[in-house]
Amino acid sequence: MSLVEVRDLARDYRFGADDVHALRGVTFDIAEGDYVAIVGPSGCGKSTLLNLLGAIDKPTRGTVRIRNESPGSMRDREATLFRLRNIGFVFQRFYLMPTLSARENVELPMAEAGLKSAERSARARELLSYVGLAQRERHRPSELSGGEQQRVAIARALANKPAILLADEPTGELDAKTGAEIIALFGQLNADRTTIIVVTHDDELARAARRRIHMRDGVIVNE
Amino acid sequence: MVLHLAWASLRRHTSRTLLAILGVAVAAAMLLDMVMMSTGLRESFRELLMSRGFQLRIAPKGTLPFDTDATIADVGRIVATLRLNDDIIAISPVLGSTIHVPIGPRTFTSATLGVNPAVQGDYDLVSGRDPAAVNEIAVNDDFVSATGVKVGDTIQVSTGYDPQLRTYSDSRAMVITGRVRFLYGAANQLATAMNLSTVQEMARRSDKASLFMIKVRDDADVEEARAWIERAVPQVSALSIATALEQVDQRLSYFRQLAFILGTVSLFVGFLLVTTLITVSVNERVGEITVMRALGVSKGHIVQQIVVEGMVITLSGAAAGLALGLVTARYLNGILASFPGLPVAIDFFLFQPKAAWMSLGLLSLSGIAAGVYPSWRAASLPIATTLREEAIA
Repeated sequence: MSLVEVRDLARDYRFGADDVHALRGVTFDIAEGDYVAIVGPSGCGKSTLLNLLGAIDKPTRGTVRIRNESPGSMRDREATLFRLRNIGFVFQRFYLMPTLSARENVELPMAEAGLKSAERSARARELLSYVGLAQRERHRPSELSGGEQQRVAIARALANKPAILLADEPTGELDAKTGAEIIALFGQLNADRTTIIVVTHDDELARAARRRIHMRDGVIVNE
Repeated sequence: MVLHLAWASLRRHTSRTLLAILGVAVAAAMLLDMVMMSTGLRESFRELLMSRGFQLRIAPKGTLPFDTDATIADVGRIVATLRLNDDIIAISPVLGSTIHVPIGPRTFTSATLGVNPAVQGDYDLVSGRDPAAVNEIAVNDDFVSATGVKVGDTIQVSTGYDPQLRTYSDSRAMVITGRVRFLYGAANQLATAMNLSTVQEMARRSDKASLFMIKVRDDADVEEARAWIERAVPQVSALSIATALEQVDQRLSYFRQLAFILGTVSLFVGFLLVTTLITVSVNERVGEITVMRALGVSKGHIVQQIVVEGMVITLSGAAAGLALGLVTARYLNGILASFPGLPVAIDFFLFQPKAAWMSLGLLSLSGIAAGVYPSWRAASLPIATTLREEAIA
């Protein structure tokens, strides 16, 4: 049985008087432990698809089922809880909380999930160690390099042991060497059974995935 | 984590947070001072009237005590009439006048009160003894400071100065028996006390008084006693503390309205200050807030975090404002103590805990409310669209 089932998924936006069909009916499945790269030109609907998979947007038509739940039909409170328990987000611009240390950033989703302080502190250390930042836990984002910030963001995304890790251009802000390190980290994560869906323009990252979904004009053109 | 994030956010812009706290403190201080002023004068006046337990004052018909030079005639007969009422337990007739005391090359002019020392309610004895005999006088500290006299000295006291003839109608030697503090004395006012009969004789106001102070039994109905006096002695007005306060209220109504308006403005300014600051702070952090929402942080927790920030600012500001308000009130009281015609014991700014806590509580509540709307608005933004806009920005 698939971890993610996407059926006839569509998303329209309205810009002034015009309707923009960002996604025009997409269907695919993703199995547990899969590593999928969604690729295609800018404006083809990759990020829209990722937002719908991540339950931060609602489809105009169609369904997304993750672990047999339909986040698209959930109310805000339920969708928030769904994201907390099932989705790990990694953004292009890292989006760490600037006032918190690396460890506190990783602890944030765990605190929201109600984990006790000692428990979340131990897990945050474990995750930072996993991404190679054991010695940087007390550092603020402004004291970390771009690659290090992205590693912290990955550790944060893994905090609540999500069903899927969603990454939107995770190497987009990094130089080639640091990007390669992040790609390697994703490979390691997938080898450890983390399901990863990544939206990217980066050929290296796309090649590292086990499966590639090519999109154009809001539809899947090749897989 | 909510508290930690709120604290971290406040520390992120330390100067801005401190300035906001200072702004709230100034608004809180002004609000507190206005509340103290709007009720302080009345309460202070009430406490002063009640300080010696006299619940009633009798003044010439249609006047307030010492409001005019009018006097009440037939003091003896009135005292006899008042004694017919069993509820009345003390009667203290008082006659006010002016005396002139030549000391060295100068002549000092002083107010004087003729009282019955056994029942008087006009002064506290600081040292020495009451002026019980006809040739005795007690003086206040301002008199001592101005003239250089001391208890035991004999001074020449004159009354009834005729400016054309430059003569006095009466003049006699009197012994200073004590130093007194007048309860109703104005600042820097030279004042003395003598036996009532002495003042009546020297002022040529035989059997007359400026007012009577009346004490009734604790279990008696004061208003009933007041009504009885006005029926029994038609040529006087009897004032209870309640009716005196009504008169004070009428005279101070503009004063109170002004304090109310300024207090409301202070509250509004405090509210606007916190709202503006929180709104600016939230707008700066829309990206962070949206990311937190994407990570699964609930709207409620985001609102809590920002409301806590507003609370810290308003509560710290209110606490600092309390101290600042008390200091400024004390300073202003010092200035206003010399207000002409008002007893020095009157406080313009009287700290009343209930009113103070209520006003500062109201300010704190408004500060807390100030954080709710901007935080809820930010937490309710569409996550995907906001993240895209933030990325473009």
